[in-house]
Amino acid sequence: MSRLDATSRIDRGTDLRFTFDGKDYLGHPGDTLASALLANGVHQVATSIRFGRPRGIMAAGVEDANALVQVEAPFSEPMLTATTIELYDGLVARGLSGQGRLAAEPDPARYDAIHAHCDVLVVGAGPSGLVAALTAARSGARVVLVDDQPEAGGSLLGSAEQLDGVPATTWVSATVAELAASPEVRVLQRTTAFGYYDDGFVLALEKRTDHLGAAAPAGVSRQRVWRIRAKQVVIATGAHERPVIFADNDRPGIMLASAARTYLHRYAVLAGREVVVFTTNDSAYAAATDLADAGAEVTVVDARPEISPYWAAECARRGIAVRPATVVIGTSGNGRVTSAHVVTAVDGSSGPRQGIGCDLLLVSGGWNPAVHLYSQARGTLRYDAKLGAFVPASELLDVRAAGSARGAFTLAACLAEGRLAAQDALTALGIAPGDVPLPGTPEQPEEVPGHVLWSVPDHREDNAPCSSFVDLQRDATVADVLRATGSGMTSVEHVKRYTTIGTAHDQGKTSGVITSGIVADALGVDIASLGTTTFRPPYTSVSFAALAGRDRGQIFDPVRVTAIHPWHVKHGALFENVGQWKRPWYYPQRDASGSFEDLETAVLRECRAAREGVALMDASTLGKINVQGADAGEFLDRLYTNIMSTLKPGFIRYGVMCGMDGMILDDGTVTRVSETEFLLTTTTGNAAKILEWMEEFAQTEWPELRVSLTSVTEHWVTVPLVGPRSREVLASLAPDLDVSNEGFGFMTWRDAEVAGIPARICRISFSGELAYEINVSAWDGLALWETVIEHGTPYGITPYGTEAMHVLRAEKGYPIIGQDTDGTVTPQDLGMSWVVSKKKVDFIGKRSHARAENNRPDRKQLVGLLPVDPTKLLAEGAQLLASADVPEPPVPMLGHVTSSYRSAALNRTFALALVRAGRDRLGETLYAWQDGELLAVTVADSVLYDKEGARRDG
Amino acid sequence: MLLIPCPWCGPRDETEFHYGGQAHVAYPGNPAALSDEEWARYLFFRDNPKGAFAERWNHSAGCRRWFNAVRDTADNEIRAVYRTGEPRPVTA
Repeated sequence: MSRLDATSRIDRGTDLRFTFDGKDYLGHPGDTLASALLANGVHQVATSIRFGRPRGIMAAGVEDANALVQVEAPFSEPMLTATTIELYDGLVARGLSGQGRLAAEPDPARYDAIHAHCDVLVVGAGPSGLVAALTAARSGARVVLVDDQPEAGGSLLGSAEQLDGVPATTWVSATVAELAASPEVRVLQRTTAFGYYDDGFVLALEKRTDHLGAAAPAGVSRQRVWRIRAKQVVIATGAHERPVIFADNDRPGIMLASAARTYLHRYAVLAGREVVVFTTNDSAYAAATDLADAGAEVTVVDARPEISPYWAAECARRGIAVRPATVVIGTSGNGRVTSAHVVTAVDGSSGPRQGIGCDLLLVSGGWNPAVHLYSQARGTLRYDAKLGAFVPASELLDVRAAGSARGAFTLAACLAEGRLAAQDALTALGIAPGDVPLPGTPEQPEEVPGHVLWSVPDHREDNAPCSSFVDLQRDATVADVLRATGSGMTSVEHVKRYTTIGTAHDQGKTSGVITSGIVADALGVDIASLGTTTFRPPYTSVSFAALAGRDRGQIFDPVRVTAIHPWHVKHGALFENVGQWKRPWYYPQRDASGSFEDLETAVLRECRAAREGVALMDASTLGKINVQGADAGEFLDRLYTNIMSTLKPGFIRYGVMCGMDGMILDDGTVTRVSETEFLLTTTTGNAAKILEWMEEFAQTEWPELRVSLTSVTEHWVTVPLVGPRSREVLASLAPDLDVSNEGFGFMTWRDAEVAGIPARICRISFSGELAYEINVSAWDGLALWETVIEHGTPYGITPYGTEAMHVLRAEKGYPIIGQDTDGTVTPQDLGMSWVVSKKKVDFIGKRSHARAENNRPDRKQLVGLLPVDPTKLLAEGAQLLASADVPEPPVPMLGHVTSSYRSAALNRTFALALVRAGRDRLGETLYAWQDGELLAVTVADSVLYDKEGARRDG
Repeated sequence: MLLIPCPWCGPRDETEFHYGGQAHVAYPGNPAALSDEEWARYLFFRDNPKGAFAERWNHSAGCRRWFNAVRDTADNEIRAVYRTGEPRPVTA
């Protein structure tokens, strides 16, 4: 066991049982999986993805991209880092070899999102962030403080520092208590701000019950995405210690110096007994002396020739050997490190390679400010040659960095910067900052400047495989970087993509600046001008489940159903999705043997009923827009290709709308209700788009027109009653209505009671048959439907779905916008020049129709296709060729099939297609390519049934 | 996510809005009088400046009103919003 009796942040009174790689261990609340493993002497956690090398725990926080584990229980989750998993009872995990495995079963946990608004958002509850939050809180400002750890304190939790002469954690507790008591302050622990977007919008992920394991209460979401809109943001995200790269720097037992100090003070874990500390700066001496005080035997290897007299004395007092001008050039060990290989410079040249036995090798190459959020907020970065790191350099109006995130590295400076950043933020908001005296900090020894060192050359023979790892998770080495620069890459962005360095969990936290440094050295350029790769969200990995939140399963998207939907369900309809609507697709009936019809049989039966008897469908999903105002007619004239203002009340007209480019947008019917009111219909899936299109013109181009638009799609239930016997059925339902062709002609409407329900009946046909479209208030829709069925039963009335509707309209050559058209098709292409007014001076699309391109004779035109073998069904989308002799690619394509069905009325298959100069090809044989064979088809007129329109009036 | 100050509703999240492209591109008075090239220029060509750009937005998931904004394409700051029909304000 490596657990000490020292003071720490763990709760020793409670044991937590957990299993790692099949073995059972004990830990305590306050542990991470990493600290608990180290406490149990487990250093090797994973194996690497490309080379299968043993890997351990490199850090104590989010910057670790090495100790990758898969959680197996209570719920399987891949690719987590042991340093970010809070230990809980019953945790079962195993080390990964690079890649995890997604759970096969659905995640039972709930995830959600919440909005928050504040004056000041403080990111990070370390010394800078706590002072910033307190300064803002005392001013009365609305404050949100987010911090990724279970408790506030940041670096103070793992450093045994003192404030006002007592342990710093005492000051932390008092500050947190005051913040908690402030009514306008919200403190969110276990919450990582992972992305900054525009205008103070920050996304943060709160892990609410992850740390409870199987004991997580069912009613609480597991994770929550906070969508925070802040007027001012203070980024106090601290810094990540930077390693130095050397050969075999990836063995278990090789760790960042500050991480070992954190394990010691926060978790009471002594990560090794024989410790070598390899440093380029003064900060690692605190780790060396603290570990020595805890009983370890420590040697310091310092790359600098000059050692701080203060730290030299502190080391001497503890018997710590310090070797100046010395670097680690390699390691050995079988799994965990057993020896550090060092070389000391003597008179400017390298001395002999020496081994120092150790079970823990600590590394410090300096510190990288965590500038991710700052950079995402478009803050520019400046290279600080003293730190060997990029630091914030902009004066942003609403985002400020403070403390180590800004490159300050003494406790006193971090506290002062936190207060200053908050004061500046409050001043910018016009709020008087409150008074916050800073706690006293111990006097700092004079610092000896750090030595910026990216990597130590590998001194072994040339043919040894490079093992100087820059990004351990990616198994990417210095040699990979040099291969990138050697092949001509000069941008760190290219090197990043080529080597994959920084693309996984690391996100540049430890590898980014080092890569820039190695590239700069290799190219002989200044790292300051080379820069670093762009920081992009997310800062830490966020699961798709958290981002999806509640928007999954049944509530992923609204489901719209009509008033008649319950009847469709009860009568066994199968549904298809049209936009958000559920529409009956077909109604399979039981055949003589008791089994249900298939699609083909059902659709042939439904079509036959509509053509030979009477049928009805639920067309309520059609988009409906009410247009009112004195200029309504003029307004519609400008939008439709044909004239609507001449339509008389009581009459209906079919219309087409085009875009500015002359291509068809939508079609539908226009009903003139009165002089100042029209009701128009749109394609089901286009209703919202067309309303917005019309609104745009009403508001922006023609604001002088007196017109207003209202969506009334849901107000009406629409039931087409279709077929030669529909007149008889309607007559029995509406005894007061003259249903004769003379009294109620095609494309007119009447208001009358149908089945005792006030209704508007329209003589509209989308099948070519005699038809009455009955519209009633949605409240009465189901009653209407049931009564129509009741009255129609003696006539064999048959409900039909969208598939039969498609067949019926295709037999008549009626196009479906969006199926037979695709945004490159004009009304003329569809053979519908008759719907395009020649009289109107202008309408939307008219000028484009005159463009030469839109008048080419070889444009694709809508035609019918009849397969030569009348049993063969063409595939929708099948490409059409001129000849059965297929030439070498590229093969010229004449067009494609847009709709294809079996027809009961024609007793054969047929299709609609867009074909180059199609109307000139009537009677020609073309070939459809599908499933590896060519099917011969004859080009025909697009209207294949009742071309004379004899059936329309019954 | 931008915080867009709708002239009617005040500041709202960008997700409530639809973008409408360059503002002040008037529909030609007499399209028939234009050559194909002039018509194509109206139809397909828009400015793409680095800096202040007057553009249309629609508060589609709010009041459903169209309005204009001057946004700086270099830093994504919205410098001004104004109602349809009003002249473009002078911005810094």
